[in-house]
Amino acid sequence: MSNAPRPSAVVAPAPVEPVGRAQGVVSAGALVWRRLRRSRSAMLGLGILAVFAACGVLAPWIAPYDPYASDLENSLKPPNSRHWLGTDELGRDLLSRILYGARLSMVIGTIAVAIGVTLGVPLGLLSGYLGGWFDLVVQRAIDVLLAFPSTVLAILLVTILGVGLVNVMIAVGIVSVPTYTRLVRGQVLSLKEQEFVHAARALGAGSLRIVFRHILPNTLAVLIVQTTLQVASAILSAAALGFLGLGVQQPTAEWGAMLSTARQYIQLAPHTLVFPGLAIVLTVLGFNLFGDGLRDALDPRLRV
Amino acid sequence: MFLGTIGRVTAVWRYVLKRLLLALPVLLGVSVVVFVAIRLIPGDPAQIMAGQAATEEVVRQIRQSLGLDRPLPVQYLYFLRNVVRGDLGRSLFNGAPVVEELGQRFPRTVRLALASMVVASVIGIPAGILAATRHLSWVDTLVMLVALVGVSMPVFWLGLNLILVFSVRLQWLPAFGYETWRHLLLPSVTLGAASAAIVARMTRSAMLEVLGQDYIRTARAKGLAERVVVNRHALRNALIPVVTVLGLQLGTLLSGAVLTETVFAWPGIGRLLVDAVLARDYPIIQGATLLIAATFVALNLAVDVLYGLLDPRIRYE
Repeated sequence: MSNAPRPSAVVAPAPVEPVGRAQGVVSAGALVWRRLRRSRSAMLGLGILAVFAACGVLAPWIAPYDPYASDLENSLKPPNSRHWLGTDELGRDLLSRILYGARLSMVIGTIAVAIGVTLGVPLGLLSGYLGGWFDLVVQRAIDVLLAFPSTVLAILLVTILGVGLVNVMIAVGIVSVPTYTRLVRGQVLSLKEQEFVHAARALGAGSLRIVFRHILPNTLAVLIVQTTLQVASAILSAAALGFLGLGVQQPTAEWGAMLSTARQYIQLAPHTLVFPGLAIVLTVLGFNLFGDGLRDALDPRLRV
Repeated sequence: MFLGTIGRVTAVWRYVLKRLLLALPVLLGVSVVVFVAIRLIPGDPAQIMAGQAATEEVVRQIRQSLGLDRPLPVQYLYFLRNVVRGDLGRSLFNGAPVVEELGQRFPRTVRLALASMVVASVIGIPAGILAATRHLSWVDTLVMLVALVGVSMPVFWLGLNLILVFSVRLQWLPAFGYETWRHLLLPSVTLGAASAAIVARMTRSAMLEVLGQDYIRTARAKGLAERVVVNRHALRNALIPVVTVLGLQLGTLLSGAVLTETVFAWPGIGRLLVDAVLARDYPIIQGATLLIAATFVALNLAVDVLYGLLDPRIRYE
């Protein structure tokens, strides 16, 4: 579940400046990277993410055991030389399950956010640019969605859609739609009165062209930052659903679902509780650190 | 001056009224969403009530008595009329009126949320001040890192860890139950931790902004002790956005309550919702989501109004 507040404040957008020219031959991307490199916390975040991404991708090769192979004689064993992080209630290797869980969490977080962006960004762009009844209808719909706390909305959606991996991604994705719509709409509202938009219009550009070719690129900085932070809260939401038994189901090696079982063995085998949770904290922290760093690097004016 | 105050007060009331009127369509929208959502849930309430072994005839009768055989728009109007009358139906399982169940559970969730607010303020505000007054020092870095870990932590995992340490190992505090303040301690720390982190971040940035103002320089220049400058001149002004964030957090706490209540078996509304979803108790799901959403809307409205009252610079239009 997401603890992160849904951003409602409209941050003043900064038009993409031709930074490259101002700095000589450096491209905008290189400049951002240079600023990011200087931020210790952003690099720490990136490092954490790189490790977990590598774990996820390489899981089939680096996992010491099959994450689904049970060995009842060795159940609930604390960390030892054979099983570095111990075993769970069915004697499955916890390290292997956490490595496979990394793959799952990254995929869930990314796809959920992709769903949120795909639905939320066009809605926000058009809502802000067109205004009128379209804006009115979309904004009232968003108001209604925002009337539900995010966990409650996610629970309601999963109840309708049914449990399981795909539905969790859809539910968590839909929960993030209002965030994007609000954010992008706010950006558009202030961008659309700027000279470059007037100029494009004067040159005969149509609404769609203006929105997607001229306005959208200028919201990218804010969008990228928001998306990074949103992946963090998507991972938390998915884990929460898994924990409640409403998300990815057993025996899948999903961190939230693992914690749901570990809860029953809190006295006997606390390691089954500690390690999957640590994995979640580190991954989410990685996204948050990197997101904060990106915000500073992409636009110092957005610094909170 | 006096007239100005009266004018302002009227403006505030006009604003409150306007916001209340704007909240009505949202609540109506919420009722539609909940109504439709409940009907989209796979499964047949009549079948569930009757049990798997029931005959077709029994199921049909129950469906008729619940009004489930009527067209959807008609069902919605009946539903809305009942909601307005305070009738949310009965639980499919124990047959108790949903309103009674909600009335019993809701105050417990409120108690938990308020206690968590206290935790969030007592930890978050001093931590934020500390970080701001030692800006860019290791203290600042540490506070901000801890705060970031705080928002990165799954609520339920923190709760389970607290149970592990304080209930299982040290045996200082109970892991569940809700009767005394001792029962309240672990759940409220669990639920309040993420908010404390957010409050700390907000307090820090608000303090940093205020500390850069001219009047702070003036206060320092006239030789006031740093403690006085910070507490009396800076903090009071920095607290306005912090109070807003705290108010908005109260809504977020309702969200987190679902998880915290599940971890600590706290018999509040969040746990009621989760149990009802797992058991497919439609009337309870419906009533609980309605109540939570309505509370959320009311809280956000209250924060908006309070924000205006606290900050005289805000103008109502």
